[in-house]
Amino acid sequence: MRVLQDAWAYLTTAGSWTGDGGMLELLLQQLLLTVTALGLAAALGLPVALWLGHLGRGGFLAINISNIGRAVPTFALLALLVTADAWGWTQGWFPGVREAGPYGRAGLATLVALTLFALPPIITNAYVAVREVPADVRQAADGMGMTGLQKFRRVELPLATPLVVSGLRLALVQVWATATIAALVAGPGLGRVITDGFVRNQYGQGIAGAVVVAVVALLLELVAALAQRLATPPGSPGARPTGRPRRSGGAPASVAAPTVSS
Amino acid sequence: MTLLVQAAALVVPTADAGPSCYSRLTNEWFCWQYVTDRQSEIVDATVEHVWITVAAVLAGLLISFPLAVLARRLPRLESTILAVSTGIYTVPSLALLPLLVPFTGLSPTTVVIGLALYALTILVRAFLEGLRSVPDEVRESATGLGYGPGRLLLRVELPLALPVVMAGLRVATVSTVALTTVGSLVSYGGLGNLIKDGVLTDFRAELLTAAVLCVVLAIVLDVLLVATQRVLTPWTRGVRA
Repeated sequence: MRVLQDAWAYLTTAGSWTGDGGMLELLLQQLLLTVTALGLAAALGLPVALWLGHLGRGGFLAINISNIGRAVPTFALLALLVTADAWGWTQGWFPGVREAGPYGRAGLATLVALTLFALPPIITNAYVAVREVPADVRQAADGMGMTGLQKFRRVELPLATPLVVSGLRLALVQVWATATIAALVAGPGLGRVITDGFVRNQYGQGIAGAVVVAVVALLLELVAALAQRLATPPGSPGARPTGRPRRSGGAPASVAAPTVSS
Repeated sequence: MTLLVQAAALVVPTADAGPSCYSRLTNEWFCWQYVTDRQSEIVDATVEHVWITVAAVLAGLLISFPLAVLARRLPRLESTILAVSTGIYTVPSLALLPLLVPFTGLSPTTVVIGLALYALTILVRAFLEGLRSVPDEVRESATGLGYGPGRLLLRVELPLALPVVMAGLRVATVSTVALTTVGSLVSYGGLGNLIKDGVLTDFRAELLTAAVLCVVLAIVLDVLLVATQRVLTPWTRGVRA
């Protein structure tokens, strides 16, 4: 159990938190990466998924995107993106391992991977959320003379919000995990503390990094759960304390089960 | 000049056919010659990948079933079990493995336990949802026919819960195949070891071959599970066909 003492010593040394490449800097870097990627994925995925849900088309697409996303290892995709900078036909425009401002080494490649991995839960949940608005509610909206757009904005969107938010919450946890893995390809973020520790046989440091990553992950999950509860009006079908999407015969298993894969 | 000399040294085995497609100079993404030359290495990595994945999913399966049954018997435990397993699931894999190292060292056991914990989360939920999907009338009829709680669970509830459980098992298996690669942190990552080496040495053929094999492996295992499900639940076949 020497390593545990080492880990504690590393955590309680001020020097390992502050300074250039200290844990505090890496932590902020990883948070920045996570927030940016989640924002990008939401901006890309939500409009498409919500609108497809409104039209009632493309369900096959939504489910398949989520299944494929699960089968491709995060690590492999990151590795491919990072190595891809010298691809002949991109003439070296793809940044690969290059520094990307506040996002650090291989920042852009990491951002691309994080965004890709945030898309499946966001798309699947948003699509299913709109699809699951009860048919009689839709009919009532039609009966009141609402146009398609009005129905979408005033009826479907409010009712879908709880499930959409739960998709964002899944994506947040997923992106944080993936951002940690970026360190396996010498990318940015707190994972660096872990991989550096293991490469240099300083397992105490590796374990200390793991503790910080895990604690932040749990905190993010708690904050997201709180946000989800705020977004869910009491008494609505999505209001369940566990934050799980509501159970229904039509919901695919991929939504009922947590979709994190890292 | 030194570069050229190094390149020449690398292509010695295939001197007559020009530089091999995985030599330092060409470094192609797709290179069949790499696959044939390093066959044993690739097979070893794939075998390791498969056994780590299968061991982790089986362990998850064996632990999740009693947990799910326990959670059903004691509803107060259900929220605790779900909260703890969700908590574990929230921890990124790259952080979970180091946390196990003080107890299991740098061994394949570390990877198997870590992955089993992730599979556990999915499977406990799948078992609970599956058992919940059994209609109450069915349960009452079975009780009326004289089934005790144990036989009711094994002979009636479990078979009827199987489609939902298998759906969870498929999710767990496919994501475990992908996650096994992270085991390369402790040098037991199956194909992940090849990916790691490919990144470190900028060896594209190795990297892409391993990545493609991972996806193929996930698809093969998924197809096997679907086939198993069809065999195990013959009553659903007529409905779907």
